[in-house]
Amino acid sequence: MEINQYLTMFIAESKEHLQAMNDNLLELEKNPDDLSIVQSIFRSAHTLKGMSATMGFADLASLTHEMENVLDLVRNGKLAMNGDIFDVLFKSLDSLENMVQDIVAGGTGQMDVSGVVAELKAVAEGKPSSAGAGRAADEARAGGKAPELDEYQYAVLEQSLDSGHHVYGITVTLREDCLLKAARAYMVFDALERHGEVAKSVPSVQDLEQEKFDRSFRLYYITKEPAETIESLIRGISEIERVELEVYDRETLAAFAGRKTAASPASAPDAKAEAKPAAQPDAKTGAKTDAKAGAKAGAAAGQTRGQAALGRTIRVDLDRLDDLMNLFSELLIDRVRLEQLASEIRRSDLTETVEHMARISSDLQNIVLKLRMVPVESVFNRFPRMVRDLAKSLNKKLELVITGAETELDRTVIDEIGDPLVHLLRNSVDHGIEPPEEREKAGKNPTGTVHLRAYHSGNHVFIEIEDDGRGINRGKVLDKALKAGIVQADRIHDMSDEDVYQLLFAPGFSTADQVSDISGRGVGLDVVKNKIESLGGRVQVQSAPGEGTKFTVQLPLTLSIIGAMLIRTGTEKYAIPLSSIVETAILKRDDIRHVHGRSMMDFRSGLVPVVDLADVLDCPRDEGAAEQGEWEVVIVHKGDKMAALIVDELLGQQEIVLKSLGQFLTGLFAISGATILGDGQVALILDTNALIK
Amino acid sequence: MGEELKVIVFNLGSEQYGVEVDKVKTIERMMPMTRVPKTPKFVKGVINLRGVVVPVIDLRGRFGLEETAYTGDTRIIIVNAENLEVGLIVDSANDVIDIDSDNIVDPPEVVGGVKAKYLRGVAKLADGRLLVMLNLSEVLNKSEIMQLEQIFE
Repeated sequence: MEINQYLTMFIAESKEHLQAMNDNLLELEKNPDDLSIVQSIFRSAHTLKGMSATMGFADLASLTHEMENVLDLVRNGKLAMNGDIFDVLFKSLDSLENMVQDIVAGGTGQMDVSGVVAELKAVAEGKPSSAGAGRAADEARAGGKAPELDEYQYAVLEQSLDSGHHVYGITVTLREDCLLKAARAYMVFDALERHGEVAKSVPSVQDLEQEKFDRSFRLYYITKEPAETIESLIRGISEIERVELEVYDRETLAAFAGRKTAASPASAPDAKAEAKPAAQPDAKTGAKTDAKAGAKAGAAAGQTRGQAALGRTIRVDLDRLDDLMNLFSELLIDRVRLEQLASEIRRSDLTETVEHMARISSDLQNIVLKLRMVPVESVFNRFPRMVRDLAKSLNKKLELVITGAETELDRTVIDEIGDPLVHLLRNSVDHGIEPPEEREKAGKNPTGTVHLRAYHSGNHVFIEIEDDGRGINRGKVLDKALKAGIVQADRIHDMSDEDVYQLLFAPGFSTADQVSDISGRGVGLDVVKNKIESLGGRVQVQSAPGEGTKFTVQLPLTLSIIGAMLIRTGTEKYAIPLSSIVETAILKRDDIRHVHGRSMMDFRSGLVPVVDLADVLDCPRDEGAAEQGEWEVVIVHKGDKMAALIVDELLGQQEIVLKSLGQFLTGLFAISGATILGDGQVALILDTNALIK
Repeated sequence: MGEELKVIVFNLGSEQYGVEVDKVKTIERMMPMTRVPKTPKFVKGVINLRGVVVPVIDLRGRFGLEETAYTGDTRIIIVNAENLEVGLIVDSANDVIDIDSDNIVDPPEVVGGVKAKYLRGVAKLADGRLLVMLNLSEVLNKSEIMQLEQIFE
C-alpha cells in the first residue's frame, strides 16, 4: 500500500532522531541539570512517536510514549535525573534502535517492549529500585502475548460489524500435492476480494506470495455475503483440501485483539485461553510474522496495481535536478544575449531561429521546473489513517475530507511540510472537535468534519485545515497566555482576535487542560510556525466560537525561483524578494521627519524608519547624480515591523533563480543569496529582515 | 626520489608561486565582479562562473601586500580546497611544471612579505629558480577571515 513509499523517509528520519537522542542523552549525563537538553530529547522522542504511530509501528510508538512521560517529568522538575533513569532511557534507546534495524532489514519493527515499558513506568512513578522495576517487567512479559490483531485491525473489524457486515475467520488448507501454493492462495484472495475485504491474513500476504507457508493460512474476512456462499466460493478453487469458516462476533474479536487486555495482568490469561482454540498449525509462523501492520494487510490486488504505477517513474537525485536547473539558467542568459545580437544584426533567418529557440527554451523551462514538483497527495495520503486512529483513541467521531490532493509543490517543501501538518491536524482533532455528546447538545451533527484542502493561488500554495468544532476561546487563550507570561495584561484590550490567535504559536503555549497522548505538551504550534516560516511560508488562523477553526498555511510554490524587485543603488544592483515588500513609494525631502535623531516617514497612519541603502551597504555613489529633492523608496516588512529603503532606481519585477554564495562567504550582513541576471552579472539578494530593527 | 607533483606556476610581485594542479579547477581572465558589502577588503566580490556563483579574493590583499591595478595578464585561479571553491586573483599565471616533493624545503619565516604559515615550502627547480608552494587551507582559512571581518567592522 501507499505507506511503503514513506518507509525510506521514515527510516532516515528515525535514524536521525535516534542519533540525536543518543548524543543528547550522553551530553545530559555530563550535565544532568541542563533542562534544555532534556527538552531536545523530548522533542526527538515526540516526533519519533508521531512518525511511528503514523506508520503503524505500534511498539515503537508505545515505547517512545513512555520515554516521553519520563522526560516530561524531568523537564518539569518533578523528577531528578539519576543513574537508574539514564540506564532505563539508554535501554529504551537500544530497543528503539533494534526495532528500526528490524524495519530496515525488511522486518516489521515489532518487538516485546513490555519489559522496558514497565521499567519506564516504574521510573515515572518514582520507584527507582531496579529490582522492583525488574519484577514489574517480568509480570508484564508474562501477560504480554503477541496478539493476532493490532488495534487498528481490530477497529476495522469492529466497525464492519457495526455497519452490518459479517466477519469470518477462514482457514484454508491446500492439498499436499499442490504445486503452485502462492498462486492458489492468490486465487483465494482474488475470489474473496470480489465479495468483500480481507482485513488480515496469517501469515502475511507477502509471505503467502513468496510461498513462505506450509499448507494452510488463515484470513480475517469482511463481507455482506452469508457464510455458505463464501465457503462454496473457496471450494470452487481447485487443489483446496479443506475450508474452515468461523463467524466472529465482538467478543471473539476482542480476545484476538489482545493488546489492551494483555496490558492488565488480570484479564491476560483469559485472552490467552480464548485465543488458543483459534490458533492454527501455523500459529508459530503467525506469531512471528503477523506483525505486518494493517498497512500490509491490504489486498494482493492492490499491490500489483501499485507495482504497475511504479514502473512509469524513475527516481532522480535532487542534486542532478539542481545541476540541470543551473545549466538551464545558463542557457537562459545566453538566449537573452542572442536575442540582443539578433536584433542588432537584423537578419531575418537569424531572428527566426532565435525566436524559435526562445519558444523551445520557455517550454523547457516549464518542464525543468515541473520536474521538481510533487503532488501534495504524497503527504496527505498518510493522514486518513492517522486521523482515524486519533479519533478512536479520543472517543470522537469525525470525518476527514481531503480536497486538492493533486496540487503540486516543490519537492523540498513537500519533504518538510509533513510534520507541521500532522501537528495542525492533531490539534484540530484533539482541541477543535468536541466529543459526540457535547456536539449533540450544541445541536450539531455528532460526527465532526475536518477539511484538508490544498489549492494554488498566484505564486503560492495554500493548505487549509478547517474543523467544525468548538472554535477558539479567546478568553481562555488570553488567560493561558497571561499565566505563561507570553503577553502583558495591559496589552490584551487592544488585541484583535487575529492577534490573540497568533498567541497559540508562541513558544510554551498550550490550552489543553489535560495532557493527552496526542497533543498538549507544549511541543507544538510554535514548532509548526517556525518550520513553515523557514520554508518561506505563513500560517494564519480564523475561528468562530461554536462554529469551528480554520488554519491556513501559505507556502511558496518553489524555493528555487522567487519573484523579486530589482533595484539600483549607486552603481550596484540588488534583488529584494517580493514576499518582503509592502509597496514602493516616492519620498520627498520635506516629508522626512526626524525623531530621536532617526529619519522617519509617514506611512499608512504610522511612522516607519527610513534607511538609506547606499549608506548601509557602503555602495559607491553614482557620481553623476545631482542632489535630489525626492527618492524612490521600497517599503519592506518583517512581521509587523516595517522600514522604508531609499534606492536610486526601481528596475522592475523579475523571476530570479536563487543561487548559493557557497561556503566561503557565510554570515554576511543583509545578504541572503545571489542570482544571475540576464546580462550574466551576479546580483545579490537582500535579506531585508536584517535592515529592520 | 619523492613524489612527482604537477604544479601551476603564477606570479605575485617579484616571486613565483606554485599550487598543485589537482586543487585548481580553471584559470580565468579578469571578468566583471559583484561587490559583496561588509566583507574584508581583499574579498573582491563574486563572479558568475558558468552558472555558479564563486567568491573571488585578491591574493595580494590576502597576504597583506600592496594591491596593484589589474592588467591584461591578471588571472583568476579558481581553486577547490577544503570543500571551498574560491577564485584567487594573481598577477599572471603562465606555466605548469613537474617538481619532486623531495626538493621542497620548509619556508623561511617571511618570503617576499608573505607569512610562512600561508606557505607549504619552497621548491628548488632544476634551473635554479625558487618556487614558493602555497598552503591553500591556510590561505582560505575561514576563521581567520572572520577575525579580519570583525576588525574590519
